Amino acid sequence: MNEEKNAEYFAKQQKEISVSEFFEKNKHLLGFDNPTKALLMIVKEGVDNSLDACEEAGILPNIEVKLKNIKNNIFRVSVKDNGPGIVKNQIPKIFGKLLYGSKFHRLRQSRGQQGIGISAAVLYAQLTTGNPIKIWSRTSKKSKVHYFELFIDSTKNEPEVVKEESIEIKKFPAGHGTLIELDVSGRYRKSQGVKEYLKETAIANPFAKIVFHAPDGEKMVFSRSVDRLPKQPKEINPHPHGIELGILIRMLKNTKAKTVASFLKNEFSSVGTKSANEICKLAKIKKTLSPKNFTRTDVENLLRGMQQVNVQRPPLDCLSPIGSKELKKSLEKHYPDAETIVTLTREPSVYRGNPFQIEVGIVYGVGKKESQIKIMRFANRVPLLYQAGAGAVVEAVKNIGWKRYGLQQSGNNLPTGPMVLVVHMASSWVPFISESKEAISTYPDIIKEIKLAVQTCARDLKIFINKKQKAKREEKRLHIFENYFPLILESASQLAEEEPNDLKAPMELLLKKIGKKIGEENDKKSNS
Amino acid sequence: MTKKATVEELKTIGKSVLTDIKNVDIPKLVIPMRSTSNLVFDKNNSCYVLGNKTLIRSGGNIRHIKKLAQFLKVAAFCKDLVKGEKRHVTKRELYYISESWGPNLKFNEQPESDDIIEDIEASLSKPSEDIKIIPNPKGAIYGNITLRFKNPKGETMVINCLNTADGQQIGPRTAEAEFVKTDADKVIAIETGGMYNRLIEENAHEKFNAILINLGGQASRSTRRIIKRLNEELKLPVYLFVDSDPFGMHIAMVIKSGSAKSAHINKRLATPPAQWLGVTASDIIQYKLKTDKMRDLDIKRIKELQNDPRYKNNKRLQKELTIWLKLGKKAEQQALLKYGFKFVVEKYLPEKFRELKAPGFR
Repeated sequence: MNEEKNAEYFAKQQKEISVSEFFEKNKHLLGFDNPTKALLMIVKEGVDNSLDACEEAGILPNIEVKLKNIKNNIFRVSVKDNGPGIVKNQIPKIFGKLLYGSKFHRLRQSRGQQGIGISAAVLYAQLTTGNPIKIWSRTSKKSKVHYFELFIDSTKNEPEVVKEESIEIKKFPAGHGTLIELDVSGRYRKSQGVKEYLKETAIANPFAKIVFHAPDGEKMVFSRSVDRLPKQPKEINPHPHGIELGILIRMLKNTKAKTVASFLKNEFSSVGTKSANEICKLAKIKKTLSPKNFTRTDVENLLRGMQQVNVQRPPLDCLSPIGSKELKKSLEKHYPDAETIVTLTREPSVYRGNPFQIEVGIVYGVGKKESQIKIMRFANRVPLLYQAGAGAVVEAVKNIGWKRYGLQQSGNNLPTGPMVLVVHMASSWVPFISESKEAISTYPDIIKEIKLAVQTCARDLKIFINKKQKAKREEKRLHIFENYFPLILESASQLAEEEPNDLKAPMELLLKKIGKKIGEENDKKSNS
Repeated sequence: MTKKATVEELKTIGKSVLTDIKNVDIPKLVIPMRSTSNLVFDKNNSCYVLGNKTLIRSGGNIRHIKKLAQFLKVAAFCKDLVKGEKRHVTKRELYYISESWGPNLKFNEQPESDDIIEDIEASLSKPSEDIKIIPNPKGAIYGNITLRFKNPKGETMVINCLNTADGQQIGPRTAEAEFVKTDADKVIAIETGGMYNRLIEENAHEKFNAILINLGGQASRSTRRIIKRLNEELKLPVYLFVDSDPFGMHIAMVIKSGSAKSAHINKRLATPPAQWLGVTASDIIQYKLKTDKMRDLDIKRIKELQNDPRYKNNKRLQKELTIWLKLGKKAEQQALLKYGFKFVVEKYLPEKFRELKAPGFR
């Protein structure tokens, strides 16, 4: 065997593994591991993009999702929004290039962090059905609708436009918006997947109106419960405590800074001249060293210095929570039969240099009494539907003694009761336990915040449950009196040999009197 | 007439409840308390009677309301029994009859219905027989006494107790029978059926000119009632012939002084002049009777009896209790048979009658 050829050959081989090949082999990593989930992922990418676009443009989102079963296992997915639309020459890049516009250098609370991007959906479509994505987009009433059909050239990772035209078509009543259409192989399930995802999305995005046309003809409308967009999350620079080696290397490579000190000062939050010098000292690196001249060892030293340095926490105003009031309104709308709803937004906190904020909602009186409570997890307003038993939320909930709050619980299991527990983590960077991004990592700081938030809500729930039990007791007691009084009247009449009929009215009055007495006694008891 | 009075008293209770309801007041009943804290020793009658404490069954109290309703239901049921004359109902029967009263009124266990009956007795100060609730018939009467009573069909019957095979069973009708005629000058009440039969067969009734009563263990209320009436109405002295142990003595004492449980009606049942004849503790020694060892329970009972106000001032009883304690032994009535069938009528009883100065032995 030729040695020279060997090394060269393998190096070449490695380079030539195409994006599509990688994608094929790693579908599960990206969430396409089964047909039901694949269909959901397509919808999710479309809807997340629409919501992000509307929010950024300050438009209250109207989103319409349609699923049509065009033949066995093949679905036509269409997602239409009233967003700002996309400039014509941007369209092919956004839909036809994997990892375009990737957000490595900006930290900002966004949905996009969690998907693989709409381009992956395009790739999945062309891999499973061979059909291109169709895009209609309009930026204003003055311009025409741009129409595109395109593939991804997977070896070059470049868009391959099949058809492109500007047309007059009345698709966007607002005068702007985007519509995409993809044919994919998948499976539709009524009880899980798309429907649940849209419902939960509507819960976490109460300012959005979402209409869903299911393949079986069912039409669902999730109307908005709040008429104001949330405040826009601010972009922040990464915090020195929250940086990883790979990202640091890339940042060093791309920076325009001439010295490491100015690099640290300019591209990280909470780092001033003093802190930058401190980091260099800890890393044993000259502060004048140019980022271009970093060796691998230098980078590792720098990273250590960054982790060790004592700096202020990152700014916390970069987050955009749902809001306690808004979440409550939303839950009230989705659970009109709930007995009580408690919501809470905690103050922002920090894990590993990343600001985050926990929100909790408790919906009581829905679902089965005997089954475990339902937990709805959200990260940056996106529902997490899979890996329900894993992650920080479940960990935190299991570690709470629920009996204290009036729910049944055996051991360290999830509690039992007619309850839905909503937990939302908003963060500039949500840590997931795996690439499929379905459960939040179990960092102690995050678990602690979730636990505190849930416990605070549970205390309010306990007050409600107590009140309810009290009322139930009262009712039960009154019921006993209501049972016995007619019997007493009857026996006493028989005993006295008198007619009972005239006494029915006074007896009713008497029962009312007793009912009042029971209420007062109960109040006294609970006050003492 | 007492029957009419009973009906009226029951009606009054019903009316008070109706009046409360009419006035939109919470109906309630005031009932003499039957707990031990309300037992008072009546020195004149030397028996326990109820004190002045009362309890209230209020229709406004969740814990009272069921008992209030059941009280009224049972009272109404009994009132109809009293008016109907014909039927008597045992406590056990009442418990089963309540099954037809629906889930809210029926009794789950007999102690519940017994408790209500005792409440009604206490409210009326009358034994349950007056409201036609009777204990299981127990006890019999034999001897030359003529009784007149109505049979369940309402027909008047006259019988002499000698004209029965084993004596007349003492049920509610016998207990309240009219005494027509008797030549007897004393009553012997016997604890065990065996000894009662022995005395009949040995002709004790003729020999001692006595009416014989079989108590059958602890005497039923009907039996206690007829003993009291024989003593009170016919002025016959009563002799209590029981086993030689603290329980036999207690059987005798309940006839004399009534029981704590029936304190609310003891005045109508107790026969204070009745005398304990034996078998005494001294008899065990005197007649060298076959004995059994006393159990812990017997010892405990003796100690209780020593402190019981009913027996505290009775020197003869106190002496016998001390002897028992010393002996640690007890004996049954039947132990006397060691000297043959006739011994009890020829030797034992005559000696006792002489000692107690009974009629015909003075």
